[in-house]
Amino acid sequence: MTPAAGPKIQIRSVAKTFASGRAPALADVDLDVAERELVCILGPSGCGKSTLLNIVAGFLAPTSGTVLVDGHAVTGPAPERGVVFQEYALFPWLTVTGNVEFGPRLQARPAAERRRTVDRYLDLVGLRAHADKFPAQLSGGMKQRVAIARALANNPAVILMDEPFGALDAQTRETLQDELSKIQRVEHKTILFITHSIREAVYLADRVVVMTSAPGRIKQVFPIKLPEVRDRFAPEFTQSEADITRVVKEEVAKVRE
Amino acid sequence: MRAGATRAAAIAGALALWAAFTAVNARVGLVNPVLLPTPVEVGRVALDLGASGELARHFLTSLGRVAQGFGLAAVAALGLGVLVGLCVPLRLMTEPVIEFVRPIPPLAFLPMFLVWFGLGEASKVAFIGYTTFFPMFVAIAASVLRIDVVLLRAAASLGATRTDLVRRVMLPAALPGIVVALRVGVGLALFVIVGAVFMGADAGLGHLIMEGRTFFNPAQIVMGALLLGLLGSLINTLLLAAERRLLGGRAAA
Repeated sequence: MTPAAGPKIQIRSVAKTFASGRAPALADVDLDVAERELVCILGPSGCGKSTLLNIVAGFLAPTSGTVLVDGHAVTGPAPERGVVFQEYALFPWLTVTGNVEFGPRLQARPAAERRRTVDRYLDLVGLRAHADKFPAQLSGGMKQRVAIARALANNPAVILMDEPFGALDAQTRETLQDELSKIQRVEHKTILFITHSIREAVYLADRVVVMTSAPGRIKQVFPIKLPEVRDRFAPEFTQSEADITRVVKEEVAKVRE
Repeated sequence: MRAGATRAAAIAGALALWAAFTAVNARVGLVNPVLLPTPVEVGRVALDLGASGELARHFLTSLGRVAQGFGLAAVAALGLGVLVGLCVPLRLMTEPVIEFVRPIPPLAFLPMFLVWFGLGEASKVAFIGYTTFFPMFVAIAASVLRIDVVLLRAAASLGATRTDLVRRVMLPAALPGIVVALRVGVGLALFVIVGAVFMGADAGLGHLIMEGRTFFNPAQIVMGALLLGLLGSLINTLLLAAERRLLGGRAAA
C-alpha cells in the first residue's frame, strides 16, 4: 500500500431497507476510515449500526450505495475483512489453537508458519497457556480474546468488531478494552468498532461516529484528541464523554417518543 | 475401571434377583413355574444351542440384517439429510411428502416389503432400512439446519469457500446431532428386527423366539430376548466409542 492510497474503508451513500414498504434501517450513510484508524460507531439500539457493519463485512448487501475497501467494492465476506462478533463465534469442535489457525489453514500455510502465527497472537492476547483448551472450557473474556487472536492471525486489511465486549461483565469489559488498546498500539490495524458504550468509544477510538435512531444516519463525528494511552478519569476524557452523551441522549429520547 | 466393576455388579445383582424370584416362585407358586424360566434353564438352552453353533448363526443373522439395513439407511439419511439441510428449494419440495409418509408406522408397510423384495434377506434388510431412514433423515436435516449462522459468517470472513463451509463448519457443527440420529436409528433397527419373523425368516433372534413359542419353550423365548438386549448394548457401546472419538474434547467440555 502506498500512503497516498486514500481511505482504507469508504462507505458511499449506503442505505438498507429490509422489506419493501417498511421503514429503512439505514439511510444515506457516508463514512471514510483511514488506514490504522480505529473508528467507533455509537448509537441507540436499533439504529442500524450492526446492519452497517454487516454490510461492510459483506454478510448483507446494501439496498443502494457501495462499500469500498482498498478501492475495491465489497461483494461478500472475504478474508481481507476480519470480523469479531459479540457472541464470539468460536468453532466449538476446535481447540484454541485450531480456532486461531483456521484462517491460515484455509490458505494452506505450512505447519511451521501456522505454529509461529498461533504462538505470536496467543502471546499477544495472553492465552498461550490455554492453547489446547476447547472454547467450552474458557470464560467469556477468554473466548473473546481467542476471537480477536483468530481475526488478527488471518492478517486482514481491516477488522470489524460488532459490539465485541457487549456480553461481558463490566470488569472484564474494561480489561479487554485495555488489551485491545495495547494490541492496537502494536498492530496498528484499521478497525471499525460498533458499541453502545460511550465510555468504551471514547477510550478506544480515534474518531467516534454517532448515529441517529432509525433510519440510521450519521448524526455527528467526534475526533478524540486524547493521548494514545488513555486515563478514564482524566478531565478531558470525562469532557469528551459528556459531549458525546449529550448528542446520543437526543437520539435515545427520540426512540422513546 | 471402577465404573466397569459397578456395571458387572449391577448385572450380577439383576441375575441374582431373577434367580431368587424364580426360586421363591417355585415354592409358593405365584405363577406356574413352567411359564417362568430360571436363569439356569435359560443358560442351559443357550449352552445347548451354542454347542451346535445354532446360537451363533441366529445371532449373526440378526446382526447382519441390522448392520446392512441400518448401514444403508444411515448412508442415505446422511447424504440426503445434509443436502436437504443445505438446499432450501429441495427442503420445500421434500418436506410435505416426508411429513406425510413419516408418521405411517413401518409395520403397516411390512407386507409390501414381502411383495417387493420376496422372502429372502433383501426384504428384511430393506424393511429395517425403511424403518430407520426417516427418523435419522429428519434428525440429520434438522441438525444441519440448526447450525448457528454466525459460525458460517465467521468462517466466510476468514476466507472459507463454499466447500470449506460444508467440510470444515457444517459437518463438524452438525456432528453431535448426527451421532444422536444414528443412535436413535440403531435403537429402532433392533426394535423392528423381530418383525423379520413375519417375513418368513428361518434364522435370526426373532425366529428363535417364535420357535420357542411354537414348541412351548419359555426359556428359549427369554434367551432370545436377552440376546437382543445384548446385541443392542453391544452396538450402543460401539457407537458411544465412535462418538467419543469423533467429538473429542467437545464432549468432555
